[in-house]
Amino acid sequence: MPDQLLFAMEVMLNGLMAGVLYALVALGFVLIFKASGIFNYSQGVMALFAALTLVGIQNGQVPFSHLINAIFGTEVHHFGWHVPAIFAILLTAAIMVLFAWIVERYVLRHLVNQPDIILFMATIGLAYFMEGFGDLMWGSEIKKLDVGLPQGINVPIDETTYGWFGYGFFIDNLDISATILAVILVVALTVFSQYSKQGRALRAVADDHQAALSVGISLRFIWVLVWSIAGFVALVAGIVWGSKSGVQFSLSLIALKALPVLMLGGFTSIPGAIIGGLIIGVGEKLFEFTIGPLVGGATENWFAYVLALLFLVFRPQGLFGEKIIERV
Amino acid sequence: MLYREAGDFKTSYSDDSQTFPIRFDRVAYYIVIGVAFLVVPFVVNDYWLNAILLPFLIYAIAALGLNILTGYGGQVSLGTGGFMAVGAYACYKLMTAFPDVNIFFHVIIAGGITALVGLLFGLPSLRIKGFYLAVATLAAQFFLVWLFNRVPWFYNYSASGQISAPERSVFGINITGPETEAWAAYLFCLVFVFVSAWVVRNLTRGAAGRKWMAIRDMDIAAEIIGVNPLRAKLSAFAVSSFFVGIAGALFFAVYLGAVEVGEVFGIQKSFLVLFMIIIGGLGSIFGSFAGAAFMVLLPVLLKNVLVGGLGWATDLAAHLEFMVVGGLILFFLIVEPHGLAALWKVAKEKLRLWPFPH
Repeated sequence: MPDQLLFAMEVMLNGLMAGVLYALVALGFVLIFKASGIFNYSQGVMALFAALTLVGIQNGQVPFSHLINAIFGTEVHHFGWHVPAIFAILLTAAIMVLFAWIVERYVLRHLVNQPDIILFMATIGLAYFMEGFGDLMWGSEIKKLDVGLPQGINVPIDETTYGWFGYGFFIDNLDISATILAVILVVALTVFSQYSKQGRALRAVADDHQAALSVGISLRFIWVLVWSIAGFVALVAGIVWGSKSGVQFSLSLIALKALPVLMLGGFTSIPGAIIGGLIIGVGEKLFEFTIGPLVGGATENWFAYVLALLFLVFRPQGLFGEKIIERV
Repeated sequence: MLYREAGDFKTSYSDDSQTFPIRFDRVAYYIVIGVAFLVVPFVVNDYWLNAILLPFLIYAIAALGLNILTGYGGQVSLGTGGFMAVGAYACYKLMTAFPDVNIFFHVIIAGGITALVGLLFGLPSLRIKGFYLAVATLAAQFFLVWLFNRVPWFYNYSASGQISAPERSVFGINITGPETEAWAAYLFCLVFVFVSAWVVRNLTRGAAGRKWMAIRDMDIAAEIIGVNPLRAKLSAFAVSSFFVGIAGALFFAVYLGAVEVGEVFGIQKSFLVLFMIIIGGLGSIFGSFAGAAFMVLLPVLLKNVLVGGLGWATDLAAHLEFMVVGGLILFFLIVEPHGLAALWKVAKEKLRLWPFPH
């Protein structure tokens, strides 16, 4: 086979992996949007916050150490212990649940019945708040996150493809584990929402708030639940992205990457988030590979958006989104 | 006790529909204008100009522009930074291509060019609504910034990829470049702010503004009562982008002087201007000014208190600033979704009855 084609295939495979990562973030958006109609801009910052907390707990950092040192003139930084990854993850998940409860109690509860756009802006405010809070709590320097996910080139794939085509494909182990994690997550979420009592309640709320209320489903509980799940998804996304490129501010920008995925897949569809993620991942990698060099490169910044924009003109609700019906 | 409409008789329709129907307001407005034009230029110095006055004036124009689109037209835009970049680069290209033309016209034409670009990116708004549109405007943001970064023609093939404003003058007085006097830059921007606010005020209370508001409140209903959604939405995009473009041109030419597009006109700028109009008040001229003033003053204040007063590290203060800004946005949305402008209105209502509220 010609080299160009092999390159393109490798690029495509990597694009698929990247797409899975986008889909991971997009999933959190979809969950919250379906259950509460809120477009949660802070999803990316939640991933950052979760990753920061995870690293902080693992390394035994003292929360707010900078602040404490600045106010009291002390010099505390670390407790001096290391927490095993699994406990740190559980603890972080607990913190995300607490966070979900706080958001419901102090923000969402007061914004019931406001227009959607006000809620959207509230989540932008929340994103800003959490960004400052996370940095204040754990410090803003780049941190290394390692929870034991395998890293580096996958040798079997490299060798097999070398045997087939005489050219070894470079696939990162981390991307493979991310894919597996994403599949597990989606299956678990599907099972949860299809077969558990809470899952049914969740779908009922997504379908019709008032009808759900009238059969005795507590909206507040559902909101806390769905924000907790979104927090959990954010934690997974944070772990994967954090292991890949370190925990830092730019992690919160993956939310911006997930937005076109959502537009493409539709705001209300979990399969849409996955397939949208794959299309965007492959599309932007291939575009950068073929057209990128002609126009100066770095097209990844905008290609996804323009693709989604063009797509929306023909199908305003995205690929799998519910048809938008307007009544006067 | 001074703030009364009693005895302030209106004898014509134009009197009745004026912007400031209460005499006290009118007088206060003239005093503010008078102070801004006649007193401030004589006392302004470089620190005040660069830290507070210029950003305030320029952001006020941008906020006015975005308020037309989001506050009056109901179309949320996250592309403000990109459109400001269009204004800045258009102004730069014009300034370098036609050095003999007065910079005054360059800024206005830069606004016009931005309006055209805004029209282009406004086209999808006819099909795409709500959140989908908000995200779609991000396409404009990222694409435009990338374009100005990557296509050398826009920055005249300069080695650094930056654009820097050449010296230009109005009536022989420098407006741009390092030799500019504080008062000249201030007055130049003030003229634009004054005219913009005047134009926006009169647009929004006329036919155009009513159409925008009808579309905002419910577009299908507006269509049924005879508002053409195509023209209403596109005109909102065009007019909004015009002012945002002017703000971008001034931001580059007068305020910063040299610009690296990704840093200055990135997505953060879009959010900043959006916050201004949320905190100030959606659909309010006063709100645009109040929001701009608030968002310009807040970091300066926090920095002075935390870094200057308490001796904290700058990064710590920056984190706290993020928290405060985010917290305030949440606070305003919960307590008063219509922003500072609504609080101001309530205060005025109270003042009219004061000191005998019953």
